[in-house]
Amino acid sequence: MRIELDVNGTKHELTVEPRTTLLDCLRDCLDLKGAHAGCEHGVCGACTVLFDGAAVRSCLMFAVQAEGSIITTIEGVTPAPGELSPVQDAFCETHGMQCGYCTPAMILAAHALLADNPQPTREQIVEAISGNICRCTGYTQIVEAIALAAERMRGANRPQA
Amino acid sequence: MNGGAHHRYVSTDRRVREDRRFVAGKGQFVADVKLPGMRHVAVVTCPHAAARIRRIDKAAALNMPGVHYVLDGAELAAATQPLMNGLETPHVPRRPLAHETARYSGEWVAAVVADSRALAEDAAEAVEIEYEPLPFVLDAEAALGKDSPLVHEAHGSNVLLDKTFVWGEVEKDFAASARRLSLRVKWGRSSTVPIETFGVVAAWDPWRDILDVYASIQMPRYAEQIAAALKIPGSSVRVHYEVDVGGSYGVKRGIKHTVLCGYLARRLAFPVRLIEDRLENMRGGDAHGPERLFDVEVAFEDDGIVRSMKMRALENLGAYAGRSPFQLGKPIGAIVGPYKIKSVQYRALAVVTNKTTQEAVRGFGQAPTNLALERCMDEIAAVLKLDPLDVRRRNLIRHDEFPYLIPSGTTYDSGNYETVIAKVLADARYEELKAERDRLRRTGKLAGIGIAACLEPSGGNATFEALLNPAITTSTFMESCRINVDGTGTVTATMHTTSSGQGHETLVGTVIGEVLELDPDTVRVTRPDSLNSLPSGTPVGSRMAISLGGAAFHAAQKLKAKLTAIAAHDLGIAPDRAVYERGEVYDGQAPARRRTWVDLVGIAYRNYHRMPPGFEPGLAVEYVYQVPAGGALPDKTGRVQMYPCFSFEFHVLLLSIDPDLGQPQIVRYLLGHDCGTQVNPKIVRGMTMGGVAHGIGAALFEEFAYNEDGQLIAQTFMDYLLPSAHEVPAVEIVDHETPSPHTVLGQKGSGESGYLGAPAALANAVNDAVRPLGIFVNTLPIRMAALGDLIAGAVERQKE
Ligand code: FES
Ligand code: FES
Repeated sequence: MRIELDVNGTKHELTVEPRTTLLDCLRDCLDLKGAHAGCEHGVCGACTVLFDGAAVRSCLMFAVQAEGSIITTIEGVTPAPGELSPVQDAFCETHGMQCGYCTPAMILAAHALLADNPQPTREQIVEAISGNICRCTGYTQIVEAIALAAERMRGANRPQA
Repeated sequence: MNGGAHHRYVSTDRRVREDRRFVAGKGQFVADVKLPGMRHVAVVTCPHAAARIRRIDKAAALNMPGVHYVLDGAELAAATQPLMNGLETPHVPRRPLAHETARYSGEWVAAVVADSRALAEDAAEAVEIEYEPLPFVLDAEAALGKDSPLVHEAHGSNVLLDKTFVWGEVEKDFAASARRLSLRVKWGRSSTVPIETFGVVAAWDPWRDILDVYASIQMPRYAEQIAAALKIPGSSVRVHYEVDVGGSYGVKRGIKHTVLCGYLARRLAFPVRLIEDRLENMRGGDAHGPERLFDVEVAFEDDGIVRSMKMRALENLGAYAGRSPFQLGKPIGAIVGPYKIKSVQYRALAVVTNKTTQEAVRGFGQAPTNLALERCMDEIAAVLKLDPLDVRRRNLIRHDEFPYLIPSGTTYDSGNYETVIAKVLADARYEELKAERDRLRRTGKLAGIGIAACLEPSGGNATFEALLNPAITTSTFMESCRINVDGTGTVTATMHTTSSGQGHETLVGTVIGEVLELDPDTVRVTRPDSLNSLPSGTPVGSRMAISLGGAAFHAAQKLKAKLTAIAAHDLGIAPDRAVYERGEVYDGQAPARRRTWVDLVGIAYRNYHRMPPGFEPGLAVEYVYQVPAGGALPDKTGRVQMYPCFSFEFHVLLLSIDPDLGQPQIVRYLLGHDCGTQVNPKIVRGMTMGGVAHGIGAALFEEFAYNEDGQLIAQTFMDYLLPSAHEVPAVEIVDHETPSPHTVLGQKGSGESGYLGAPAALANAVNDAVRPLGIFVNTLPIRMAALGDLIAGAVERQKE
C-alpha cells in the first residue's frame, strides 16, 4: 500500500506491505541505516527513533502507523555531513560507546530527554535510557555523555554576560 | 621502553577515533551491506531435543512466489567438509545443517532462499519435515552415566575430553595440611549476547573465483576455515574486515552461517544474506557460553594459608564441540589466581548434551574458574572465622616475588596486588563499609560484602590447545601492521582483522604516533580485506593491546630506522650520529644540519640517487609480531607458559537484599584494576565498566534455561534478561599501573576486565548476606525468585 512519511523533514511517498515495520521501512526503503535491529520484539531499544519528538521503538510499529507523524532518525539529528550535534559530540568526549550498535538509539533517547528536561539528574538520565540495552559499556560513560551534553547545552543557551 | 616512561600520546586522555562514525549512525554493520541481486536466507529448525530426520518435503515452500531454493543437510554434507574441530573426535562432526540426526532443539535442518527475508521466513514454515524423536540428555552429570542416551552414537560415549593434570606434590600437601574443605559450585549457561545478532553476506564471482564475505565476525582463522569447509583454495576467500561488528566479546563466530551462505552463493550464483533474528541467535546460533560444574577441594592451614587444591571442572558443551572444550584449558594458565598455592590437581572433563552448541565467551572459561576459586577463599574464611580479606592477603603473591612461576608452568609477568588492594580499601573505607553492612542488617535487610581478587591472562598465546590436544602443535600467535608513508608524506597504517568495539584503529594510531612523535590523528588506519592482509590472530584472548600494539610499535620503529638511515646517508654522517625527532632527523653533533619529513619523503620517492645503496624505494614497512613469552609446547608433565601478561582486578562491593522479594541491590561497587600501561584510558575504562555489567548479568540475571522437554525457554530478551542502566551501579574504578616487562609499552590486556571477577564478588556478597540464615548459594545465576524462596525457607526453619 501507498503511504506518505515525514522523515527528517522530508516527505516520502512509499509503497509498503501492511506488515512492514517502521524499522524495516526506514532501513530498506529510505536507506536510513542508523536505526538498528537488536531483538525486534521491543526490549533492546536499538531501533529507537523519535516519533513526534518522543523516543519509540520502530520495530514495534508498522510503517503505515507512522503516517501523519514526524519521524526523526539519527541521520536527522546530525547537523551536517561531518558535523556533530552537542549530544553526539559529548558521546565522543566521554566515549559513551564501544561497538556503536546501540549508540544512535541512545543518542536519540538522550535528545528526547534533553528536549524536555535540560537539567536531568543521574536518576533521570538512567530512567531515560533504561529501555535501551547496551552490552558494551555498562552505561557509565553513556550517562556521563548525557550529563555533559546537558551541561554544555545549558551553557550555550545562557545569555551572554 | 616501559616502567613509568614518559609518553606523549599513550596513556593520555584522547578521544576514540571510531566513535565519530558511530554517533552519526554511520557504522558499516553487516546488515547495512546491500549487494546487487542479493537474496535472503531463513532457516528451518528442529523442534525436538533430539530426532532422526525422516523426510524433508520442500515442494510447498518451493512453490511459493519469490522462493528460490531449499537446501537440506544431505546436499550440504555431500558438498562440504565438516567444520573445524579442536579435539580429535572424528565421530562428532559439526555441520551447518543437521544431517540425518538433529541433536538439539533449534538446530538448523534446512535453509530457504527467497527474494526477501519475510518471504524466506514464510517459506521456512512451509517446509515439511518428518521427525522421529529420540531420547535425549540435558544434564552434564547425567550425560556421564552409563545408560545415558548418546548424543553422537558413533562416538560411543558423551565424553569428549577427560584429562587430569597433577602439578606438584598434591597428595603430600593435602596430607600435611591441617584442614580441608570441599565445595560444589555451578556456573550457569549464559553468554555474551551482543545486541547485534550474527550476520553474513556471501557472494561468489565465478569469473574471478572469489567468494566475497561480509560478516559480523570475530574469529581466528575464519577465511581458512571457510575455504576448508567449502573445499576451495584459501586465496578464493575474501573477507571484508572493514565491516563493523556490533559487539562480540568472543561469540561472533558464525562459521556455520558462513559456510551455509558461501555454499548457497556458489550454488545459486547470486549473493545471499543471513542475518539471524533474535530467536535464531538464541537457539541455533551456536553462541551459548560455558555451563560448568566445579567440585573443588582445598587443603589449608589454621591461619588460612592454602597449600593445595583439587579441582574437577565438568563442562556441558551442548551438542557439538568446535573449539569450546578449550575453554577448560585457558584457566590452567592462572589456575591458582593471584595466590601462592603450591600444588594443584585439575581434571578437565567435557561432555556433549542435547543443548545448543557453545562458543568462546569473554575470558574463555576464566570467569567460571575464578568464581570457584574465590568462593573457596570465602568459605575458608568462614570456617576459620577470619575476614575474607585477610585470607586473601595471606595467600597473595607479593610484589617482590615476580616473575612468579605457578605450578602449572606459567610465569606471571608482574603485579602489585597488595598495593592495588590497599588503594581500593582506602577508597572504600573498608571498616565503614562493614559498619554500613551491619547497619543495613539492623534495619531488617540482608546485607553482604563481596570480595574477589583475580587475574586476567592476556596476550592470547593459546598453548592450552596443545595441552588438551597433543595433535595440535601451534606455538605461533601473531599480529601484523603495515605502515606506508605515501608520496605526499601522509601516513597510512593497516590492521588485518575486524573489530567489535575495542577501538583498534585508535590503538594503532596512538602507538604509531607515539613512536614517530606525530599527532596520532594524522595517522590513517585502514583494514584491507583478507586477500590483502598480513597474518592476524584476531581480537581474542585479551590480546590486541599487546599484539596489535606490539606490531604497530615495531613497524613504526622500522620506519623510523629507515627515515634515520636515509637522512644519515644524505647528511653524510654515520647512522648512529643521526637523531630522529618529531618526523625530522638531525646531526647529533650539529643540530642545525637536518632533513625534514618533506625532504625524507622526497628522497624516498623521487631521488633514488640520494637513497642509501641497496634500499627499497618508498617508505613502506611491515612487521609481524609474535606474542612474547611463549613459543614453546607443553612439556611431559603438562606444564607450559600460557599467555604472557597478567592483569589484576580486585572487587569489593556492598549488596543489600530485600528479604521478602530476594531482590538484590548493589549499594556500592569498587574495582581496583591494574592492566599495566593503558594505551587509551577511555577505552580501558569502558571495557572494565562493560565487563562488570556483563558479570552482573551472569551472576544475577542471565541464563539459557531449558525445560524438561529439552526446549530452550529463554529465547527472547523477555526471558533472557540483560542488565539495563537500572541494574548497573556507578562502579568506582581505582587504577594502578604495574607495567609488563614483556610488552613494548608495558601494556597488558583489559578486554575481559571486570567480567572475570564480578560474578565471584557478587556470589560472595550474596553468601555473606545470607550466611546468618544458615544458607549458601553456589549456583549462578542467583535469580531473584529462587533467592527469595531460599530465604523464605530459611526464615521458616529458623522460626521452628
Ligand atoms: S529491535 Fe526494537 S526494541 Fe529491540
Ligand atoms: S556500544 Fe555496543 S551495545 Fe552499546
